[in-house]
Amino acid sequence: MSGVELRGFGWRHAGRKRWAVRGVDLRVEAGERVLLLGPSGAGKSTLLAALAGLLPEDSGEQEGTVEVDGLDPRKARERVGIVFQDPETQLVMARCGDDVAFGLENRGVPADEIWPRVDEALRRVGFPYHRDRPTAALSGGEQQRLALAGALALRPTLLLLDEPTANLDPAGATLVRRAVADALDADTTLILVEHRVAEALPLVDRVVVLEPGGGVRADGPPAAVFAAHGDALAADGVWVPGRVVPPRHATAPAGEPLITADRLGLPPRLAPTELSVRAGEALAVLGPNGAGKSTLALLLGGLLRPGTGTATATAALAGRDAGTPPHRWRAPALAGRIGSVFQDPEHQFVTGTVFDELALGPRRTGRSEATVKTTVDALLERLRLAKLAGANPYTLSGGEARRLSVATALATAPRLLICDEPTFGQDRRTWRELVDLFAELRDAGHGVVTVTHDPDFVAALADRTVTLEHR
Amino acid sequence: MDNTANRWRTIDIVIASVLGVAFGVIFWAWGLLWNGPADAIPLPGRAVLYGVWLVPAVLGALIIRKPGAAFYTLTFAALVSVALGSSWGWTLVVQGPLEAAAAELAFAVFGYRNYRLPVALLAATLAGLAASIYDVFIWYPGTAWGSFRLPYILITAVSSLVVAGLGSVALTRALAGTGVLDRFPAGRERAAV
Amino acid sequence: MITIEPVAAPGAPLARRNPVAKLAAALVFSFALIATLDPVAPALAIVVELAVLPLFGIRYRVLARRAWPLLASAAGILLTLVLFAADRSGRVLVDAGPILVTSGVLVTALGLVLRLLAVALPGVIVFATTDPTDLADALIQNAKAPARFAIGALAAFRLVPLLGQEWQMISMARRARGVDAGRNPLAKLRLFVSTAFALLVGAIRRGTRLAVAMDARGFDAGIPRTVARRQRFTTADGLLVVGAAVLAGAALAVSIVLGTFRPLLG
Ligand SMILES: Nc1ncnc2c1ncn2[C@@H]1O[C@H](COP(=O)(O)OP(=O)(O)OP(=O)(O)O)[C@@H](O)[C@H]1O
Ligand SMILES: Nc1ncnc2c1ncn2[C@@H]1O[C@H](COP(=O)(O)OP(=O)(O)OP(=O)(O)O)[C@@H](O)[C@H]1O
Ligand SMILES: [Mg+2]
Ligand SMILES: [Mg+2]
Repeated sequence: MSGVELRGFGWRHAGRKRWAVRGVDLRVEAGERVLLLGPSGAGKSTLLAALAGLLPEDSGEQEGTVEVDGLDPRKARERVGIVFQDPETQLVMARCGDDVAFGLENRGVPADEIWPRVDEALRRVGFPYHRDRPTAALSGGEQQRLALAGALALRPTLLLLDEPTANLDPAGATLVRRAVADALDADTTLILVEHRVAEALPLVDRVVVLEPGGGVRADGPPAAVFAAHGDALAADGVWVPGRVVPPRHATAPAGEPLITADRLGLPPRLAPTELSVRAGEALAVLGPNGAGKSTLALLLGGLLRPGTGTATATAALAGRDAGTPPHRWRAPALAGRIGSVFQDPEHQFVTGTVFDELALGPRRTGRSEATVKTTVDALLERLRLAKLAGANPYTLSGGEARRLSVATALATAPRLLICDEPTFGQDRRTWRELVDLFAELRDAGHGVVTVTHDPDFVAALADRTVTLEHR
Repeated sequence: MDNTANRWRTIDIVIASVLGVAFGVIFWAWGLLWNGPADAIPLPGRAVLYGVWLVPAVLGALIIRKPGAAFYTLTFAALVSVALGSSWGWTLVVQGPLEAAAAELAFAVFGYRNYRLPVALLAATLAGLAASIYDVFIWYPGTAWGSFRLPYILITAVSSLVVAGLGSVALTRALAGTGVLDRFPAGRERAAV
Repeated sequence: MITIEPVAAPGAPLARRNPVAKLAAALVFSFALIATLDPVAPALAIVVELAVLPLFGIRYRVLARRAWPLLASAAGILLTLVLFAADRSGRVLVDAGPILVTSGVLVTALGLVLRLLAVALPGVIVFATTDPTDLADALIQNAKAPARFAIGALAAFRLVPLLGQEWQMISMARRARGVDAGRNPLAKLRLFVSTAFALLVGAIRRGTRLAVAMDARGFDAGIPRTVARRQRFTTADGLLVVGAAVLAGAALAVSIVLGTFRPLLG
């Protein structure tokens, strides 16, 4: 049973002029289930970190107070369990069972109680493997479940979850949500951050919306909050349930083919696949976690050497280079023709500031400095990153990083755009912005390939879908 | 020197270990180069490259700034390279800590308060001397002092000064510039955006 | 390539011994040999090492794959002595200008090469038969190593295989953005250095997050840690260490009896 109390709470990360969160007054009673909402960059992840006592004094500046059961969260860590936005970085040990046991050892749980508790936690999240399984051999969804087990094993009275289903296929997301629902004891307080409100609502009984400038925008039972503020919240970027986005399908039939995959594959990651992408069409690649979608994206993008079959670009895409496969093109030529957006945005960043990151592609493909600046400024404005132009890409929030990585690929205006999960972790406003951007590109005769788990996105944009099967 | 300032935080331990792992892998690859293509440059000339083996000691101390950082980082790097199968094998289990202790000495002499360039250079040079003197006695007994041992020790010391000393200072600055050292004193001197 | 998994048959009688015992035995055995320069003692030691290999569950082919970098070092030592030996007594074998190879030089070189192999092989054997987690556990429980450091080191060690994947990711990211080196060797070197730097930055960033994740689960909360995996130091483990000392002593004794013993200092 843990309650939370924030009074005028604010946090500014070291190296930033703006406050990540500010002026938050909030009381959560023991046993409440709260959905924390707010547009991307509103400070949701920062707030969770504060509640878990994970904002070290030396990493920023605090305002106001934050208390868990009347204690400084740094002193109440044993009451709190947290699962972060990125599960990969929170696994500590080499074997799954050891990883769950790690927290119990730290808490000084007697040795003979540890393994029963580990097994129970793994069972509660529906973890399918033996506890000797190496953590390195887990897919994203399995890692997420293991991280959840690691938090639950500690029997926290306050459970904090930050977008626990962002990278999962729909089936995996349902499983994790069910695991959370099953795993919660009646007296566990839950604070959940999740952009896709509709899916999260069954888990919660209260909604709190953060205001990006500071403070709390709305607070109360879900139905009341959405009835009173639905329109304003939707305009601000919150996924208010029941509000569909008008689809943007192609206005003209697709044009000439740009790239053709013939038995393209890379054992054991991707089985041979047939595919072709035309100018002026948006193709969505679907399939369960681990089916090889990201591998396919990298192969089509000329970044990996195919293990089987070929990817062949047409003259419409590659001009004189049409005879050579994309993975053998020189990098500047490649960047001018095919833009790639990686699944993990951080894998994609190569410079030290947001501005340089966007300018890199255009510079390498030989644009003039003036053109570069106009292109970059336009993109910064459109994806609401202008205030972050000088920031380090790795310090961005999850959604900001995703937007930046999409923008980097757009910066060279490539004829073919390949995006791996471009919409995960996005608020509604950015999501619409992205749909519009892709639609404009497509209507201007570019080919757009998106790998995605997001059914709304498919419904709004895709002209055609390809589904990879589980190997 | 109060106790809390010298106590290692979790992040200190993990980052020193990560540096050790990264350099352990570098050592592993460097060893193949050292005893492979670089064999074309016979010793003592090859000692020009020696400083690379000592970088983690100085780098670890400059980043972590806690007593034992130089010792721990280099020792762990040596152990990692042994675990991966270094060309010197097990023997690094002795040589690593020895060099590391030499570097540590320099920072200890200044009471673990001074992490500026001159101290870094001193630490690197001491480590280089320890390493080369050990080599000369253990691995190259029976070689001549004039044509081999003295030049070897001297070249190694200079190489350490430049590569491990200057190199570590430059690397620390470059790392601080990327923002990854924000939670360490070395990373605190950046402008806000 | 880099592997960190143990490669031995886990049930082998000596592979099952306590990691700290294996470590201690290997250290005792190796460092007795550093004391001498003659070829006989290390040669005997190598024979012993190869003979006990099956007890550790390691096949000879696996050992060769793990130990080949040692041969490169051995070649380097040989070359150095041929060029710079101070004592060139004995029968002249090769005389080509500055290169004067005598039987005395070769005997010294042989001793050094054998010693390198004899000293290094136990290390290869230990790491080929020991799981890193077990080693850290045993160091904490049986050797009183500080738990925070052992666990921190272990958590970081898990990154080793990930570094290779990370390298590939960084290279792809650069290529996707139009950055490559073409055929220019200088540009290639620059790209290599900047990729390596990016890898280091990425590793530190990962480490920072790992440290936060560890803190979130109560690492270093000041509560005495308990251990989930018990490591025991049994009589058999003690015997392994004693056995190693006895065998190393025997190798030195044979060398002394045969009159070939040449102490390192003196
Ligand atoms: N380590 C950091 N250093 C500097 N600034 C940071 C850091 N982490 C986050 N920020 C900044 O703080 C603000 C809030 O970030 P936070 O991650 O809390 O947002 P969020 O609400 O979780 O967004 P999202 O929905 O996109 O994940 C953002 O503007 C972000 O750029
Ligand atoms: N660098 C790699 N080395 C070896 N195997 C890999 C690598 N990357 C991915 N795999 C494996 O290849 C398979 C396909 O991976 P891929 O990332 O393409 O799947 P995906 O369909 O994109 O899954 P998700 O929806 O989870 O992103 C998985 O089983 C994965 O574990
Ligand atoms: Mg977030
Ligand atoms: Mg994927």
